[in-house]
Amino acid sequence: MSDGTTNSNRGIGLGFWVVGGILLVAMPLLNILPPEDSWLHLSDFSLNRFGKFLAYGILALGLDLIWGYTGILSLGQGVFFGLGAYCMGMHMMLTIGKESVYGSDLPDFMVWNQFKELPLFWYPFYSFPVAIIGAVLVPMLFALVFGFFAFRSRIKGVYFAIITQALALAAWLVFNRNDTKLGGTNGLTDFKQVLGYRLSEPRTQLGLYILTVLCLGGAYLLCSWIIRSRAGRVLIAVRDSEKRVVFSGYTPATYKLFVFVVAAALAGLAGMLYAPQVGIITPAQIGVLPSLEMVIWVAVGGRGSLAGAVLGALSVNYGRSVLTNYFPGLWPFILGGLFVLVVLLFPDGLVGMIRKGKSLLSQRKTGEEKAAVLEGKR
Amino acid sequence: MLNKFVQQGRSERRGDAYSGRYVEPLSKARTPLASLFSILLVVVGMFLFSGPSWTIAADGPVATPPTSPLEQALTQVTSEDESVREAAIRLLIEQGDASLIPRLEDIRANADRSIRMALKPLMDLLKNRAKLTSHSTDDRRAAATDLGSSGNPSVIPWLEAAWANEPNKWVRYTMEESVALIRLTSDDPSIKAAAAKKLGELGSQNAVPLMKQLVEAGAGTEATESQKTVAKAAVAAIDRIETWAVWSNVIETFFRGASLSSVLLIMSLGLAIVFGLMGVINMAHGELMMVGAYATFVTQQCFAAWFSSDVFDWYFPAAFPVSFLVAAVFGWVLEATVIRFLYGRPLETMLATWGVSLVLMQAARVYFGDLTAVIAPGPLRGGAQVMIGVYLPYNRIFIIALSIVCVLGIYFTLFKSNLGLRVRAVTQNRNMSACLGIPTRKVDSYTFAFGSGLAGIAGWALTMVGNVDPGLGQNYIVDAFMVVVTGGVGKLAGTIVASLGIGGLNKLIEPYSGAVYGKVVILVLVILFLQWRPSGLFAMKGRDAD
Repeated sequence: MSDGTTNSNRGIGLGFWVVGGILLVAMPLLNILPPEDSWLHLSDFSLNRFGKFLAYGILALGLDLIWGYTGILSLGQGVFFGLGAYCMGMHMMLTIGKESVYGSDLPDFMVWNQFKELPLFWYPFYSFPVAIIGAVLVPMLFALVFGFFAFRSRIKGVYFAIITQALALAAWLVFNRNDTKLGGTNGLTDFKQVLGYRLSEPRTQLGLYILTVLCLGGAYLLCSWIIRSRAGRVLIAVRDSEKRVVFSGYTPATYKLFVFVVAAALAGLAGMLYAPQVGIITPAQIGVLPSLEMVIWVAVGGRGSLAGAVLGALSVNYGRSVLTNYFPGLWPFILGGLFVLVVLLFPDGLVGMIRKGKSLLSQRKTGEEKAAVLEGKR
Repeated sequence: MLNKFVQQGRSERRGDAYSGRYVEPLSKARTPLASLFSILLVVVGMFLFSGPSWTIAADGPVATPPTSPLEQALTQVTSEDESVREAAIRLLIEQGDASLIPRLEDIRANADRSIRMALKPLMDLLKNRAKLTSHSTDDRRAAATDLGSSGNPSVIPWLEAAWANEPNKWVRYTMEESVALIRLTSDDPSIKAAAAKKLGELGSQNAVPLMKQLVEAGAGTEATESQKTVAKAAVAAIDRIETWAVWSNVIETFFRGASLSSVLLIMSLGLAIVFGLMGVINMAHGELMMVGAYATFVTQQCFAAWFSSDVFDWYFPAAFPVSFLVAAVFGWVLEATVIRFLYGRPLETMLATWGVSLVLMQAARVYFGDLTAVIAPGPLRGGAQVMIGVYLPYNRIFIIALSIVCVLGIYFTLFKSNLGLRVRAVTQNRNMSACLGIPTRKVDSYTFAFGSGLAGIAGWALTMVGNVDPGLGQNYIVDAFMVVVTGGVGKLAGTIVASLGIGGLNKLIEPYSGAVYGKVVILVLVILFLQWRPSGLFAMKGRDAD
């Protein structure tokens, strides 16, 4: 697809390239160029944190695709995120090698739990390509199987939401177990390197940040392409009236399955990028509550708008990291309040507010013009 | 030592059920004994004849002459010479006079550490002996268990004496079990074998490890003939115990399943009614339960603060309407401020109510702190033993009964009352009902309050099985959702059958898979079930059912 056609299409406009440029060029430059004490300087910590939020943005894109465009509320996106993150985490655990606390080839938690040798399913993750492909493919496969059964029997609406929430609960329980051999409650942590690059180096984190931005851009392009394709129109039609889609001769289940799998792949990708930047992945990040929080990102940003999903992920997480710093006990109140307020008062989220503001402005403008015209007539 | 074995042998020969009175071998055993033992036996005999009030009778001959062997022993327990001390302690154990406890406490308080250590077992035995005549059945039973695990043969006559006067059959059972357990450690192989047989008949789980040791001893190459006979008896007994255990296990699993099902049922009823009426899944339902539980807690605190302790137990019945009303008010407010704006948008309602649940949970955490517990009222403490190895706690029985009461109450409300008629009408066809003059908005708001009140009752009941903490609602809520989804909308029967199925299956699978994988299996089963019945067990039929 050439630049000419994309620009002419609604969806990818100037804004995409401007924001992309800021994220990809300006932010890293602000990190590298200004001296550390300058007010322009973006600290390594901030950049790293921002990279984490952008990884969440990728997940939010997928969730928006399935919830905002297709109208299927999945409360289990955290599971797919976790699968991706654990795939990557397993690879990084294995590359620690003898650097670990116990100096054993096995990951530390296996030494605690007195495993004599590596469980079989860990072996493929010695290879980096397997890890990154697995991080996307495993969630996709899982979503394929789960979605197949769910959509085939026409589970929808509230029913689907509850089933996915049960899935999140079950996954959380299973990952918490020590006999799953995935580190139990402590999860996977203490990563040292990826492909020979030390994770403690700011330059590695900068590289990961740039990679995340690129992936986010790619995911954005993919999603907007899907939405503008014929399939995308069917998806939106499913959201608006599934019955009519059926009567028009389409099989909604196939389209729903497709978008569910894409959303799972994006969640897995997000998890893959999240693990090395944050340095830890535990079951606490994939349970019922985190999965619900992901939904609120999209709701706050504005569902049915890809930019809104990313914006929501960034703003909610930024707000969280600032507020939990100053008022740790207050965050659940704010989060709960956000759920209620956004749903009740701002169903289109931040993007909707911006649009409303714009249209108000333009209305006033047209009103003034009209008034001027009227006055002119007099 | 000799008289004990005489007694043991005789009582054994008299038959296993201890059908005869205990005093007979004692009086016969007196003649061949040394003078020391005869004095002891007089004392023992005296309190045995005098029955439960033996402590008073025993005071007479014991306290007066300072030169009696008993007094001598009491001075000797603090002796430097270990053998003297031990002999004295042994004598006191055989004497078994619990009225000496205060004096021994005094001695112990002034003695040094090694003597205190040596006196400890003696004191424990004597205290347990005193407890054998306690008013509390549980105390008597615990004492019998403790005496049995002491393994000291001197306690056998105490147990047998207490057995003869014991009104409660389960305490008698424990006494018999304890006696047999002690005999199992005897030196005489025939006593051992008889004890093993007895334990087999009693179906005693506690005896299994000990008997397995006996079986091992009998299986060795250099095992003597007598060891082999004991081992044979032990094998037969273990067999019998294990068959019994299988049956009691089945019953207990059944009961646990029923109990979990009832918890799920009480929780799901409110959820299902609201879902059926408005298509709304109330994610804050668990927190309304929590509200009910905290209402119970507050009622308890009020009773503790304002009323005398005699009426304290009444806090629990008093908390029933309180928890219902408080939760109903919360639900009414929730409906009026949030949910009414979201009709026809079930997914948004889910999110908004989840937000409410977060706020409620955090509010409870901030206000009440993390650990608050409700003390079960007297009648609900403890449990009923229905057969050997099957113990049914009263609080669980209470919950099962409550779930039945709730179902009946809801049945009458829905099908026999005016409100119920309207609720059913609105559930079936909202527009038509509105046309016929039913105030649908009011029906919604009353029904939501009623469903929330039911959540409050569930919270009230749950205080009996667990702590009251902010996460109370979260523990079961996903399961309750599954019940609603599986049961289908609009029919009470669906909720009942689904909660019985999910609760029962859960407890059935749990022993094989563990609690965690049990949950996973249930999830998979529910998804597979929905393949077959996409909108639940008892779905509304008709073209418009979507």
